[in-house]
Amino acid sequence: MIMEISAEGVRSGDERIIARVISQVENQRQQVFPLLKELYRSTELAYLVGITGPPGSGKSTLVEKLVLSWTAEEEKVAVIAIDPSSEFSGGALLGDRIRMGKISTEKNVFIRSMATRGYLGGLNPAIFDTVVVLSAAGYQKVVIETVGGGQNEIDIVRLADTTLVVTVPEAGDEIQTFKAGLMEAGDIFVLNKADQPTASRMELILKQMLEMNDSENHSSDNSNWEVPIVKTVGTEGEGIEELRRAVMQHRDFLSRSRKERYNHSRVIRNHVVHLMEEFLRNHYIDPLLESSAFQEILAGISARKTDPYTAVEQLLKSFNKEQGKHEN
Amino acid sequence: MSQDNIKVLIAKPGLDGHDRGAKVIARGLKEAGMEVVYTGLRQTPEQIVKAAVQEDVDVIGLSILSGAHGELFPVIMDKLTESGRNDVLVLAGGTIPDDDHQKLKDIGIREIFKPGTSIAKIVDFIRQEMDE
Repeated sequence: MIMEISAEGVRSGDERIIARVISQVENQRQQVFPLLKELYRSTELAYLVGITGPPGSGKSTLVEKLVLSWTAEEEKVAVIAIDPSSEFSGGALLGDRIRMGKISTEKNVFIRSMATRGYLGGLNPAIFDTVVVLSAAGYQKVVIETVGGGQNEIDIVRLADTTLVVTVPEAGDEIQTFKAGLMEAGDIFVLNKADQPTASRMELILKQMLEMNDSENHSSDNSNWEVPIVKTVGTEGEGIEELRRAVMQHRDFLSRSRKERYNHSRVIRNHVVHLMEEFLRNHYIDPLLESSAFQEILAGISARKTDPYTAVEQLLKSFNKEQGKHEN
Repeated sequence: MSQDNIKVLIAKPGLDGHDRGAKVIARGLKEAGMEVVYTGLRQTPEQIVKAAVQEDVDVIGLSILSGAHGELFPVIMDKLTESGRNDVLVLAGGTIPDDDHQKLKDIGIREIFKPGTSIAKIVDFIRQEMDE
Protein backbone atom coordinates (compact mmCIF):
# COMPACT_ATOMS: atom_id res chain seq x y z
CA MET A 1 0.00 0.00 0.00
CA ILE A 2 1.37 3.37 -0.95
CA MET A 3 0.70 5.92 1.69
CA GLU A 4 2.36 9.16 2.57
CA ILE A 5 3.69 9.01 6.10
CA SER A 6 4.06 12.71 6.81
CA ALA A 7 2.89 15.41 9.17
CA GLU A 8 0.35 16.54 6.54
CA GLY A 9 -0.88 12.96 6.24
CA VAL A 10 -1.47 12.76 9.98
CA ARG A 11 -3.15 16.17 10.09
CA SER A 12 -5.41 15.20 7.19
CA GLY A 13 -7.06 12.71 9.53
CA ASP A 14 -6.57 9.71 7.24
CA GLU A 15 -7.08 6.76 9.59
CA ARG A 16 -4.67 4.51 7.71
CA ILE A 17 -1.86 7.00 8.09
CA ILE A 18 -2.63 7.67 11.75
CA ALA A 19 -2.74 3.91 12.41
CA ARG A 20 0.54 3.31 10.60
CA VAL A 21 2.31 6.14 12.42
CA ILE A 22 1.13 4.73 15.76
CA SER A 23 2.59 1.35 14.74
CA GLN A 24 5.89 3.09 14.02
CA VAL A 25 5.68 4.83 17.38
CA GLU A 26 5.35 1.36 18.93
CA ASN A 27 7.83 -0.57 16.78
CA GLN A 28 10.25 1.70 14.89
CA ARG A 29 10.76 4.48 17.33
CA GLN A 30 14.03 5.88 15.96
CA GLN A 31 12.54 6.29 12.49
CA VAL A 32 9.47 8.15 13.74
CA PHE A 33 11.21 10.73 15.94
CA PRO A 34 11.68 13.28 13.12
CA LEU A 35 7.93 13.16 12.45
CA LEU A 36 7.10 13.40 16.17
CA LYS A 37 9.36 16.46 16.47
CA GLU A 38 7.47 18.17 13.69
CA LEU A 39 4.05 17.17 15.01
CA TYR A 40 4.73 18.15 18.61
CA ARG A 41 5.75 21.71 17.83
CA SER A 42 2.63 22.44 15.85
CA THR A 43 0.11 20.63 18.02
CA GLU A 44 -1.89 21.50 21.07
CA LEU A 45 -2.29 18.34 23.11
CA ALA A 46 -5.78 16.89 23.33
CA TYR A 47 -7.64 16.86 26.64
CA LEU A 48 -6.69 13.57 28.28
CA VAL A 49 -9.25 11.58 30.22
CA GLY A 50 -7.93 8.52 32.07
CA ILE A 51 -10.23 5.73 33.14
CA THR A 52 -9.21 2.85 35.34
CA GLY A 53 -10.76 0.27 37.64
CA PRO A 54 -10.82 -3.46 38.31
CA PRO A 55 -11.53 -6.00 35.55
CA GLY A 56 -15.22 -6.34 34.82
CA SER A 57 -16.17 -3.02 36.42
CA GLY A 58 -17.57 -1.75 33.12
CA LYS A 59 -14.87 0.67 31.99
CA SER A 60 -15.18 -0.05 28.27
CA THR A 61 -18.98 0.23 28.38
CA LEU A 62 -18.70 3.58 30.18
CA VAL A 63 -16.13 4.75 27.63
CA GLU A 64 -18.50 3.80 24.82
CA LYS A 65 -21.37 5.81 26.31
CA LEU A 66 -19.22 8.78 27.32
CA VAL A 67 -17.63 8.96 23.87
CA LEU A 68 -21.10 8.89 22.28
CA SER A 69 -22.12 11.85 24.45
CA TRP A 70 -19.09 13.78 23.14
CA THR A 71 -19.47 12.85 19.49
CA ALA A 72 -23.10 13.97 19.75
CA GLU A 73 -21.58 17.43 20.23
CA GLU A 74 -19.41 17.05 17.13
CA GLU A 75 -16.23 16.35 19.04
CA LYS A 76 -13.54 14.08 17.61
CA VAL A 77 -12.53 11.55 20.23
CA ALA A 78 -9.82 8.90 20.32
CA VAL A 79 -9.56 5.97 22.71
CA ILE A 80 -6.32 4.24 23.67
CA ALA A 81 -7.23 0.95 25.33
CA ILE A 82 -4.29 -0.54 27.17
CA ASP A 83 -3.98 -4.17 28.23
CA PRO A 84 -1.03 -5.91 29.85
CA SER A 85 1.54 -7.88 27.86
CA SER A 86 2.33 -11.39 29.00
CA GLU A 87 5.66 -11.46 30.82
CA PHE A 88 6.38 -14.91 29.47
CA SER A 89 5.47 -14.73 25.79
CA GLY A 90 5.42 -10.97 25.22
CA GLY A 91 2.02 -11.44 23.60
CA ALA A 92 -1.16 -9.68 24.65
CA LEU A 93 -4.89 -10.15 24.40
CA LEU A 94 -6.53 -6.82 23.62
CA GLY A 95 -10.26 -7.16 24.24
CA ASP A 96 -11.57 -3.69 24.96
CA ARG A 97 -13.20 -3.30 21.57
CA ILE A 98 -15.72 -5.98 22.55
CA ARG A 99 -17.70 -3.45 24.62
CA MET A 100 -17.26 -0.54 22.24
CA GLY A 101 -19.40 -1.81 19.38
CA LYS A 102 -21.51 1.33 19.15
CA ILE A 103 -18.56 3.65 18.59
CA SER A 104 -16.49 1.26 16.50
CA THR A 105 -17.74 2.67 13.19
CA GLU A 106 -18.39 6.30 14.25
CA LYS A 107 -16.55 8.55 11.83
CA ASN A 108 -15.23 10.88 14.53
CA VAL A 109 -13.91 8.09 16.74
CA PHE A 110 -10.55 6.35 16.56
CA ILE A 111 -9.93 3.35 18.81
CA ARG A 112 -6.50 1.87 19.26
CA SER A 113 -5.60 -1.08 21.48
CA MET A 114 -2.09 -1.11 22.91
CA ALA A 115 -0.13 -3.61 24.97
CA THR A 116 1.98 -2.39 27.88
CA ARG A 117 4.98 -4.38 26.56
CA GLY A 118 6.40 -4.67 30.05
CA TYR A 119 8.36 -1.48 29.70
CA LEU A 120 11.22 -1.27 32.16
CA GLY A 121 11.13 1.75 34.41
CA GLY A 122 7.40 2.39 34.24
CA LEU A 123 5.23 3.78 31.51
CA ASN A 124 5.89 2.85 27.91
CA PRO A 125 6.81 6.20 26.30
CA ALA A 126 4.95 5.10 23.16
CA ILE A 127 1.68 5.93 24.93
CA PHE A 128 2.45 9.63 25.24
CA ASP A 129 3.82 9.70 21.68
CA THR A 130 0.54 8.18 20.50
CA VAL A 131 -1.29 11.01 22.27
CA VAL A 132 0.85 13.48 20.30
CA VAL A 133 -0.06 11.76 17.02
CA LEU A 134 -3.79 11.64 17.84
CA SER A 135 -3.76 15.29 18.93
CA ALA A 136 -2.11 16.29 15.67
CA ALA A 137 -4.77 14.30 13.80
CA GLY A 138 -7.42 16.57 15.29
CA TYR A 139 -8.82 14.48 18.13
CA GLN A 140 -9.89 16.92 20.82
CA LYS A 141 -10.26 14.37 23.56
CA VAL A 142 -8.20 11.26 24.10
CA VAL A 143 -9.44 8.63 26.53
CA ILE A 144 -6.82 6.31 28.00
CA GLU A 145 -8.36 3.16 29.42
CA THR A 146 -6.44 0.75 31.58
CA VAL A 147 -7.11 -2.04 34.06
CA GLY A 148 -6.53 -0.69 37.54
CA GLY A 149 -4.34 -1.93 40.32
CA GLY A 150 -0.67 -1.94 39.47
CA GLN A 151 1.98 0.74 39.34
CA ASN A 152 1.88 0.87 35.57
CA GLU A 153 -1.78 1.84 35.70
CA ILE A 154 -1.09 4.63 38.16
CA ASP A 155 1.59 5.97 35.81
CA ILE A 156 -0.84 5.89 32.92
CA VAL A 157 -3.50 7.60 34.96
CA ARG A 158 -1.01 10.33 35.88
CA LEU A 159 -0.84 11.31 32.23
CA ALA A 160 -4.47 12.30 32.26
CA ASP A 161 -5.94 15.73 32.94
CA THR A 162 -9.05 14.15 34.42
CA THR A 163 -8.95 10.66 35.88
CA LEU A 164 -12.02 8.50 36.43
CA VAL A 165 -11.69 5.63 38.89
CA VAL A 166 -14.45 3.09 38.33
CA THR A 167 -15.67 0.74 41.01
CA VAL A 168 -18.69 -1.51 41.46
CA PRO A 169 -20.95 -2.40 44.42
CA GLU A 170 -19.57 -5.93 44.69
CA ALA A 171 -16.05 -4.59 45.09
CA GLY A 172 -16.92 -4.31 48.81
CA ASP A 173 -13.92 -4.06 51.07
CA GLU A 174 -11.67 -4.77 48.14
CA ILE A 175 -11.60 -1.05 47.54
CA GLN A 176 -9.66 -0.63 50.77
CA THR A 177 -6.80 -2.35 49.00
CA PHE A 178 -6.79 0.06 46.07
CA LYS A 179 -3.33 1.37 45.80
CA ALA A 180 -3.00 4.59 47.69
CA GLY A 181 -1.79 6.29 44.54
CA LEU A 182 -4.94 5.33 42.71
CA MET A 183 -7.19 6.80 45.40
CA GLU A 184 -5.28 10.06 45.19
CA ALA A 185 -5.17 10.04 41.39
CA GLY A 186 -8.94 9.80 41.09
CA ASP A 187 -10.55 13.14 40.16
CA ILE A 188 -13.95 11.52 39.80
CA PHE A 189 -15.14 8.26 41.29
CA VAL A 190 -17.64 6.29 39.27
CA LEU A 191 -19.84 3.78 41.06
CA ASN A 192 -20.97 1.66 38.14
CA LYS A 193 -23.70 -1.02 38.21
CA ALA A 194 -25.42 1.29 40.71
CA ASP A 195 -28.76 -0.48 40.21
CA GLN A 196 -27.55 -3.30 42.41
CA PRO A 197 -29.03 -3.46 45.92
CA THR A 198 -25.67 -3.08 47.65
CA ALA A 199 -24.85 0.14 45.78
CA SER A 200 -25.80 2.52 48.59
CA ARG A 201 -23.59 0.67 51.03
CA MET A 202 -20.69 0.92 48.60
CA GLU A 203 -21.38 4.62 48.13
CA LEU A 204 -21.08 5.10 51.88
CA ILE A 205 -17.76 3.22 51.98
CA LEU A 206 -16.47 5.34 49.12
CA LYS A 207 -17.54 8.59 50.79
CA GLN A 208 -15.81 7.61 54.00
CA MET A 209 -12.63 6.71 52.16
CA LEU A 210 -12.64 9.98 50.26
CA GLU A 211 -13.15 11.95 53.46
CA MET A 212 -10.28 10.11 55.08
CA ASN A 213 -8.16 10.80 52.05
CA ASP A 214 -9.03 14.48 52.28
CA SER A 215 -8.05 14.86 55.89
CA GLU A 216 -4.79 12.98 55.32
CA ASN A 217 -3.74 14.96 52.28
CA HIS A 218 -4.09 18.64 52.99
CA SER A 219 -1.42 19.40 50.46
CA SER A 220 -2.67 17.10 47.70
CA ASP A 221 -3.36 18.37 44.19
CA ASN A 222 -7.04 18.02 44.85
CA SER A 223 -7.11 20.32 47.88
CA ASN A 224 -9.75 22.56 46.30
CA TRP A 225 -11.51 19.96 44.23
CA GLU A 226 -14.18 17.95 45.95
CA VAL A 227 -14.00 14.51 44.35
CA PRO A 228 -17.52 13.59 43.28
CA ILE A 229 -18.98 10.09 43.28
CA VAL A 230 -21.07 9.59 40.15
CA LYS A 231 -23.45 6.64 40.11
CA THR A 232 -23.95 4.99 36.73
CA VAL A 233 -25.52 1.98 35.07
CA GLY A 234 -23.29 1.82 32.02
CA THR A 235 -25.26 -0.79 30.11
CA GLU A 236 -28.44 1.35 30.37
CA GLY A 237 -26.73 4.68 29.85
CA GLU A 238 -27.90 5.89 33.29
CA GLY A 239 -25.76 8.56 34.91
CA ILE A 240 -23.74 9.22 31.75
CA GLU A 241 -24.99 12.81 31.50
CA GLU A 242 -23.92 13.39 35.13
CA LEU A 243 -20.55 11.84 34.35
CA ARG A 244 -20.11 14.01 31.25
CA ARG A 245 -20.92 17.06 33.36
CA ALA A 246 -18.51 16.01 36.13
CA VAL A 247 -15.68 15.74 33.58
CA MET A 248 -16.57 19.19 32.25
CA GLN A 249 -16.63 20.66 35.77
CA HIS A 250 -13.23 19.17 36.54
CA ARG A 251 -11.86 20.65 33.34
CA ASP A 252 -13.27 24.06 34.30
CA PHE A 253 -11.74 23.67 37.73
CA LEU A 254 -8.33 22.91 36.21
CA SER A 255 -8.37 25.90 33.91
CA ARG A 256 -9.62 28.24 36.66
CA SER A 257 -6.92 27.11 39.08
CA ARG A 258 -4.21 26.89 36.38
CA LYS A 259 -3.70 23.29 37.35
CA GLU A 260 -4.15 22.23 33.75
CA ARG A 261 -0.81 23.80 32.98
CA TYR A 262 0.64 22.29 36.08
CA ASN A 263 -0.50 18.88 34.89
CA HIS A 264 0.97 19.47 31.44
CA SER A 265 4.34 20.50 32.79
CA ARG A 266 4.42 17.43 35.02
CA VAL A 267 3.47 15.15 32.12
CA ILE A 268 6.11 16.69 29.89
CA ARG A 269 8.74 16.36 32.59
CA ASN A 270 7.87 12.67 33.03
CA HIS A 271 8.00 12.09 29.29
CA VAL A 272 11.41 13.68 28.93
CA VAL A 273 12.67 11.42 31.71
CA HIS A 274 11.11 8.38 30.02
CA LEU A 275 12.69 9.26 26.68
CA MET A 276 16.10 9.67 28.29
CA GLU A 277 15.75 6.29 30.00
CA GLU A 278 14.75 4.74 26.70
CA PHE A 279 17.74 6.32 24.93
CA LEU A 280 20.20 5.17 27.58
CA ARG A 281 18.79 1.68 27.51
CA ASN A 282 18.88 1.39 23.71
CA HIS A 283 22.25 3.01 23.14
CA TYR A 284 24.25 2.00 26.18
CA ILE A 285 22.72 -0.67 28.35
CA ASP A 286 21.20 -3.11 25.83
CA PRO A 287 24.28 -3.25 23.52
CA LEU A 288 26.41 -3.83 26.58
CA LEU A 289 24.32 -6.79 27.73
CA GLU A 290 25.17 -8.56 24.46
CA SER A 291 28.91 -8.01 24.71
CA SER A 292 31.48 -10.56 25.84
CA ALA A 293 33.15 -7.87 27.95
CA PHE A 294 30.00 -7.71 30.05
CA GLN A 295 29.99 -11.49 30.51
CA GLU A 296 33.58 -11.27 31.71
CA ILE A 297 32.68 -8.58 34.21
CA LEU A 298 29.80 -10.73 35.51
CA ALA A 299 32.14 -13.70 35.83
CA GLY A 300 34.60 -11.50 37.65
CA ILE A 301 31.92 -10.43 40.11
CA SER A 302 30.91 -14.07 40.65
CA ALA A 303 34.50 -15.01 41.38
CA ARG A 304 34.89 -11.98 43.68
CA LYS A 305 37.75 -10.63 41.61
CA THR A 306 35.74 -7.46 41.46
CA ASP A 307 32.43 -6.34 42.95
CA PRO A 308 29.21 -4.94 41.46
CA TYR A 309 29.94 -1.44 42.76
CA THR A 310 33.35 -1.10 41.19
CA ALA A 311 32.07 -2.71 38.01
CA VAL A 312 29.29 -0.15 37.66
CA GLU A 313 31.69 2.75 38.28
CA GLN A 314 33.96 1.46 35.52
CA LEU A 315 31.07 0.83 33.13
CA LEU A 316 29.77 4.35 33.61
CA LYS A 317 33.22 5.74 32.88
CA SER A 318 33.31 3.76 29.63
CA PHE A 319 29.86 5.17 28.76
CA ASN A 320 31.25 8.67 29.11
CA LYS A 321 33.99 7.87 26.62
CA GLU A 322 31.41 6.30 24.31
CA GLN A 323 29.32 9.43 24.51
CA GLY A 324 32.27 11.50 23.35
CA LYS A 325 32.39 9.31 20.25
CA HIS A 326 28.65 9.52 19.80
CA GLU A 327 28.70 13.27 19.65
CA ASN A 328 31.30 13.19 16.89
CA MET B 1 10.47 -4.74 23.28
CA SER B 2 10.45 -6.98 20.27
CA GLN B 3 10.64 -5.17 16.95
CA ASP B 4 8.54 -7.79 15.29
CA ASN B 5 5.40 -7.95 17.36
CA ILE B 6 2.88 -9.50 15.03
CA LYS B 7 -0.54 -7.92 15.51
CA VAL B 8 -3.60 -10.03 14.77
CA LEU B 9 -7.30 -9.24 14.65
CA ILE B 10 -9.58 -12.16 15.52
CA ALA B 11 -13.09 -11.41 14.32
CA LYS B 12 -16.47 -13.13 14.39
CA PRO B 13 -18.48 -11.85 11.42
CA GLY B 14 -22.24 -12.02 11.27
CA LEU B 15 -24.88 -13.73 13.34
CA ASP B 16 -23.06 -16.47 15.12
CA GLY B 17 -23.18 -16.89 18.87
CA HIS B 18 -20.28 -19.25 19.39
CA ASP B 19 -16.80 -17.92 20.04
CA ARG B 20 -15.10 -20.61 22.08
CA GLY B 21 -12.90 -21.45 19.08
CA ALA B 22 -12.07 -17.82 18.38
CA LYS B 23 -11.10 -17.30 22.02
CA VAL B 24 -8.91 -20.41 22.07
CA ILE B 25 -7.11 -19.19 18.95
CA ALA B 26 -6.75 -15.67 20.39
CA ARG B 27 -5.24 -17.07 23.55
CA GLY B 28 -2.96 -19.44 21.64
CA LEU B 29 -1.60 -16.66 19.44
CA LYS B 30 -1.05 -14.49 22.50
CA GLU B 31 0.94 -17.28 24.11
CA ALA B 32 3.01 -17.46 20.94
CA GLY B 33 3.96 -13.81 21.56
CA MET B 34 1.51 -12.05 19.26
CA GLU B 35 -0.65 -9.06 20.13
CA VAL B 36 -4.22 -10.14 19.52
CA VAL B 37 -7.20 -7.82 19.23
CA TYR B 38 -10.49 -9.62 19.76
CA THR B 39 -13.62 -7.72 18.78
CA GLY B 40 -16.31 -10.02 20.15
CA LEU B 41 -19.38 -11.56 18.57
CA ARG B 42 -21.68 -10.39 15.79
CA GLN B 43 -19.39 -8.00 13.95
CA THR B 44 -20.39 -6.38 10.69
CA PRO B 45 -17.87 -6.30 7.82
CA GLU B 46 -17.62 -2.52 8.39
CA GLN B 47 -16.66 -3.02 12.04
CA ILE B 48 -14.07 -5.66 11.17
CA VAL B 49 -12.41 -3.60 8.45
CA LYS B 50 -12.46 -0.42 10.53
CA ALA B 51 -10.81 -2.29 13.42
CA ALA B 52 -8.19 -3.72 11.04
CA VAL B 53 -7.38 -0.23 9.74
CA GLN B 54 -7.29 1.56 13.12
CA GLU B 55 -5.33 -1.21 14.81
CA ASP B 56 -3.00 -1.51 11.79
CA VAL B 57 -2.97 -5.30 12.07
CA ASP B 58 -0.76 -7.64 10.07
CA VAL B 59 -3.21 -10.54 10.14
CA ILE B 60 -7.00 -10.99 10.29
CA GLY B 61 -8.43 -14.31 11.46
CA LEU B 62 -12.10 -14.74 10.58
CA SER B 63 -13.96 -17.33 12.63
CA ILE B 64 -17.32 -18.45 11.35
CA LEU B 65 -19.67 -21.30 12.23
CA SER B 66 -22.90 -19.98 10.76
CA GLY B 67 -22.38 -21.00 7.14
CA ALA B 68 -22.59 -17.41 5.91
CA HIS B 69 -18.94 -17.25 4.83
CA GLY B 70 -19.97 -17.15 1.17
CA GLU B 71 -21.95 -13.96 1.86
CA LEU B 72 -19.77 -12.17 4.37
CA PHE B 73 -16.20 -12.93 3.36
CA PRO B 74 -16.41 -11.32 -0.11
CA VAL B 75 -17.86 -8.15 1.49
CA ILE B 76 -15.01 -8.05 4.00
CA MET B 77 -12.39 -8.57 1.28
CA ASP B 78 -13.94 -5.82 -0.88
CA LYS B 79 -14.00 -3.38 2.01
CA LEU B 80 -10.38 -4.17 2.86
CA THR B 81 -9.43 -3.30 -0.72
CA GLU B 82 -11.49 -0.11 -0.59
CA SER B 83 -9.67 0.87 2.61
CA GLY B 84 -6.31 0.24 1.01
CA ARG B 85 -5.53 -2.62 3.33
CA ASN B 86 -5.58 -5.60 0.98
CA ASP B 87 -2.01 -6.22 2.11
CA VAL B 88 -3.32 -7.82 5.31
CA LEU B 89 -2.94 -11.59 5.61
CA VAL B 90 -6.48 -12.96 5.92
CA LEU B 91 -7.09 -16.43 7.35
CA ALA B 92 -10.34 -18.22 8.09
CA GLY B 93 -11.45 -20.94 10.42
CA GLY B 94 -14.57 -22.65 11.70
CA THR B 95 -17.02 -24.89 9.93
CA ILE B 96 -16.38 -24.20 6.26
CA PRO B 97 -17.12 -27.09 3.87
CA ASP B 98 -14.13 -28.30 1.81
CA ASP B 99 -16.02 -27.52 -1.39
CA ASP B 100 -15.98 -23.80 -0.55
CA HIS B 101 -12.26 -23.50 0.23
CA GLN B 102 -11.11 -22.77 -3.31
CA LYS B 103 -13.75 -20.07 -3.80
CA LEU B 104 -12.55 -18.31 -0.65
CA LYS B 105 -8.91 -18.63 -1.67
CA ASP B 106 -9.81 -17.09 -5.02
CA ILE B 107 -11.03 -13.91 -3.30
CA GLY B 108 -7.78 -13.59 -1.37
CA ILE B 109 -8.19 -15.62 1.80
CA ARG B 110 -4.78 -17.20 2.13
CA GLU B 111 -5.65 -20.27 4.16
CA ILE B 112 -8.61 -21.99 5.76
CA PHE B 113 -8.01 -23.93 8.94
CA LYS B 114 -10.43 -26.73 9.68
CA PRO B 115 -11.62 -27.80 13.13
CA GLY B 116 -8.93 -29.79 14.89
CA THR B 117 -6.01 -27.77 13.47
CA SER B 118 -3.30 -27.37 16.07
CA ILE B 119 -2.48 -23.86 17.21
CA ALA B 120 1.20 -24.56 16.53
CA LYS B 121 0.37 -25.09 12.87
CA ILE B 122 -1.46 -21.73 12.67
CA VAL B 123 1.38 -19.95 14.48
CA ASP B 124 3.95 -21.45 12.09
CA PHE B 125 1.85 -20.47 9.09
CA ILE B 126 1.55 -16.85 10.26
CA ARG B 127 5.27 -16.57 11.08
CA GLN B 128 6.24 -17.97 7.69
CA GLU B 129 3.96 -15.57 5.85
CA MET B 130 5.24 -12.62 7.89
CA ASP B 131 8.85 -13.51 7.09
CA GLU B 132 8.19 -13.27 3.37
